[in-house]
Amino acid sequence: MFNRKFKLSCLILMTVTFLTACRPLERNSLTLAGSTAFQPIVEMAAKGYNLRHPGTVINVQGGGSGTGVSQVQEGAIDIGNSDLFASEKKGINASRLRDHLIAVTGITPIVNPKAGVKNVSQRQLVAIFTGKIVNWRQLGGEDLKITVINRSIGSGTRNNFEKWGLAGHSSMVAQEQSSSGTVCKIVGATPGAISYIAFPYINKKIQPLSIDGVKPSMQNVKSNKWKIWAYEHMYTLKKNDKNTRSFLNYMMSDYVQQKIIPKLGYIPVSSMSIKRSDNGTLSSSEGSHKNIARSDTNRP
Amino acid sequence: MNNKFKPQIADKIFKIVLYIIVFLVVLLLCGLLGYIMLGGIPYISWHFLTSSSDYIYAGGGIGIQLFNSIYLTVITLLISLPLSFGAGIWLAEYAPNNWMTDLIRNSLEVLSSLPSIVIGLFGFLLFVIKFRLGFSILAGGLTLAFFNLPLLTRSTENAIQNISDNQMFAGLALGVSRWEVVKNIIVPEAFPEIITGIILSTGRILGETAALIYTAGQSASIVDFSNWNPLSITSPLCPLRPAETVAVHIWKINTEGTVPDSGKISAGSAAVLLSMVLFFDLIARYSINKKNKRN
Amino acid sequence: MLDPIQIDLKKSSTASRREKKGQYLTFFCIGISVLIIVALIFFITYKGLLLFLKDKVSPLSFLSGVRWDPNNDKFGALSMMIGSITVTILAVLLAFPFSFGTAIFISEIKSSKSKKYLRLAIEMLIGIPAVVYGFVGISVIVPLLRSTMGGTGFGLLSGAIILAIMILPTISTLCVDALKGVPEAYRYTSRALGATQWQTLHKVVLPIARPQVAVAILFGMSQAFGEAVAIQMVIGNATLIPTHLMSPAATLTSVITIGMGDSVRGSVENDALWSLALLLLLISLLFNLIAHFAMRKRT
Repeated sequence: MFNRKFKLSCLILMTVTFLTACRPLERNSLTLAGSTAFQPIVEMAAKGYNLRHPGTVINVQGGGSGTGVSQVQEGAIDIGNSDLFASEKKGINASRLRDHLIAVTGITPIVNPKAGVKNVSQRQLVAIFTGKIVNWRQLGGEDLKITVINRSIGSGTRNNFEKWGLAGHSSMVAQEQSSSGTVCKIVGATPGAISYIAFPYINKKIQPLSIDGVKPSMQNVKSNKWKIWAYEHMYTLKKNDKNTRSFLNYMMSDYVQQKIIPKLGYIPVSSMSIKRSDNGTLSSSEGSHKNIARSDTNRP
Repeated sequence: MNNKFKPQIADKIFKIVLYIIVFLVVLLLCGLLGYIMLGGIPYISWHFLTSSSDYIYAGGGIGIQLFNSIYLTVITLLISLPLSFGAGIWLAEYAPNNWMTDLIRNSLEVLSSLPSIVIGLFGFLLFVIKFRLGFSILAGGLTLAFFNLPLLTRSTENAIQNISDNQMFAGLALGVSRWEVVKNIIVPEAFPEIITGIILSTGRILGETAALIYTAGQSASIVDFSNWNPLSITSPLCPLRPAETVAVHIWKINTEGTVPDSGKISAGSAAVLLSMVLFFDLIARYSINKKNKRN
Repeated sequence: MLDPIQIDLKKSSTASRREKKGQYLTFFCIGISVLIIVALIFFITYKGLLLFLKDKVSPLSFLSGVRWDPNNDKFGALSMMIGSITVTILAVLLAFPFSFGTAIFISEIKSSKSKKYLRLAIEMLIGIPAVVYGFVGISVIVPLLRSTMGGTGFGLLSGAIILAIMILPTISTLCVDALKGVPEAYRYTSRALGATQWQTLHKVVLPIARPQVAVAILFGMSQAFGEAVAIQMVIGNATLIPTHLMSPAATLTSVITIGMGDSVRGSVENDALWSLALLLLLISLLFNLIAHFAMRKRT
């Protein structure tokens, strides 16, 4: 039995020596990580990309936006996916990274349909999330206690919601869930619950809220009438390789932009009529996405 | 002695209480196992077990994840078994009775009580970043081996200590070295109990999520099952490819929730995981019985 | 000058050489294990102290602060510590009677064959992954509590119930080992003296097995304390001091699990999460020490 044990140990040593042999083959692989909200798009695009470039192995990991940007900064992965601008993350040196805007997602407050409220003003929304309004009756709804459910601290959805939906106010301490799917389930099942999710997660069991009479729709996001939306970013190091650039170009191709992204409930960045910078400055976006694509293809 | 009750009555009460407790536990077990199995089995099909997963459309399978789970378990056991075996034997047979040994035992207990996410992050910083293994089976296996060590070491130690000392005295009296007595007599004797420990840890490996998210990764890269050269990255045997396991897959589809049939997939995967554990358990039991009969 | 026989006698015997080999081999194994543990502890301590040394957060405010809001530089871990401890104690209280009863049934009641299947089923329970427990918690226990007790259903009680089910097999398997570790001869002697099974158990078996049973409880506690994925799915993750059984709470592990992915390595938030991990480690150590002294006192 013990001889066998030694053989096993030798086997492990051999496995370790594979490292040197296995490594060169990894040049054809591309690793992406980060935002879980963005992951389905990337997974699907990766499949399409594989059909065109069968030699490239693409690994898509989740882990959250913070993981994405910090790992790309450390060089552990090739592309970091994020719901937030790198400059909004503490501890990230944004000047070392190159930002690629791929898609846009709208974020909407949602309530349990039993609350009986479909429209609120932004001030009321802030009052709900800071704990100043505690019953739906105060807003003309049913006599139900308001239960606030947050996404976890640091999540892209929460940051963007607080920034654009709550005008920079922090939400009060309440239950936190780490995923949009769970948030949907809880809001759908708990009378009086309120939370916020990205558009693709909207389903029939929950009621999206209009704010000041503006409906959370794709059209309103494109024209920036609906203010709560976020870019899906792909970050790379400034110095990146051919495979990475080729994949980023593919993400901007018509197939991904016009087919995959809308199908999953996101808005292609190419169809936005407005461009928003990290500090909120707006500019017309005519042709801006093409510039991104061009600047990459032109790099040596 | 107890004056208020007659011993026989106390004994009766004790037994009744015991049976009620066991009945409740059995009810809980059956409910839980039934919920998972009955909830999952309708979704298990050959297609589900073999096809690759889909993150957008309904109807994806868990083929690659299943293979990854088993392969990762094998790799982890390969790394942790010899180590914990040796460590367990040392603790049971050679450890001097002093504070150092106490410290070692206690630190092993601490290691086992650490949340797996902390060990996972340690593994991530050490293997994925420092040793540049990337998200890989090897990184995952090494990390899981850490977390398996205390359990396996402890079960080996306990198994050996439960063997009567007479065996050792007889061996020593015959002039055989302590090491050989351990190797040839005590360990085979203790083997059934050690196997139980291995089964327990296999279950832990199969079900581990938190430690794997940052080490073995969450991506089931396309694997070419006709390519068995472990040096190629598309080969299922390559220890350097990222490998999402079944448990990580359940976690992932539950937290992302974009697949329309995530409930079905998690129910099905849970049932598959459970069946796998049961399967290992039965095999282990069968081999123990066979061995016992032969002796 | 020595003759060949003398030389032969002076050499160590084959047995003692083999003995040396075995000793070195096993010592090597334990050495590596210890090395790993030392590295881990060093690493967590180092990462955990960064918050105080690099980011200049006072340890006192970390331990006594109630507010956890990394975005606004509020790092109070008290509510999580209370959450972790409460949920652990509740879980052990819930689980122990059942697991101990099961263990006694498996090891002491010889009449039934069903105990074999019971043991099999309990070992299977260990194989159920934490994610699946969390999944069952979300789909069964949370809705059940929501409809009977009101609120969202996520909270201390859901967490404690799930943890209790999770640690039940651990405690009972270890208790079985503890009871089986008591030599059978003691039981025969006691029964032969006319003691009932209850008396045998109560007066003979339990006193001997007690330290091991304490270890079983300790293991269950540390498992409950360190459990991350399942508890995070059902406890509600609100960094508030829980006021009643149904109030949502947060544990050290749930905050670490949720927060790690979204924080950037090297940032204050990340350092704070590592400090939580260090706290977790220290509390585990404390548990161990207590159990250690309890065992020493009894034996």
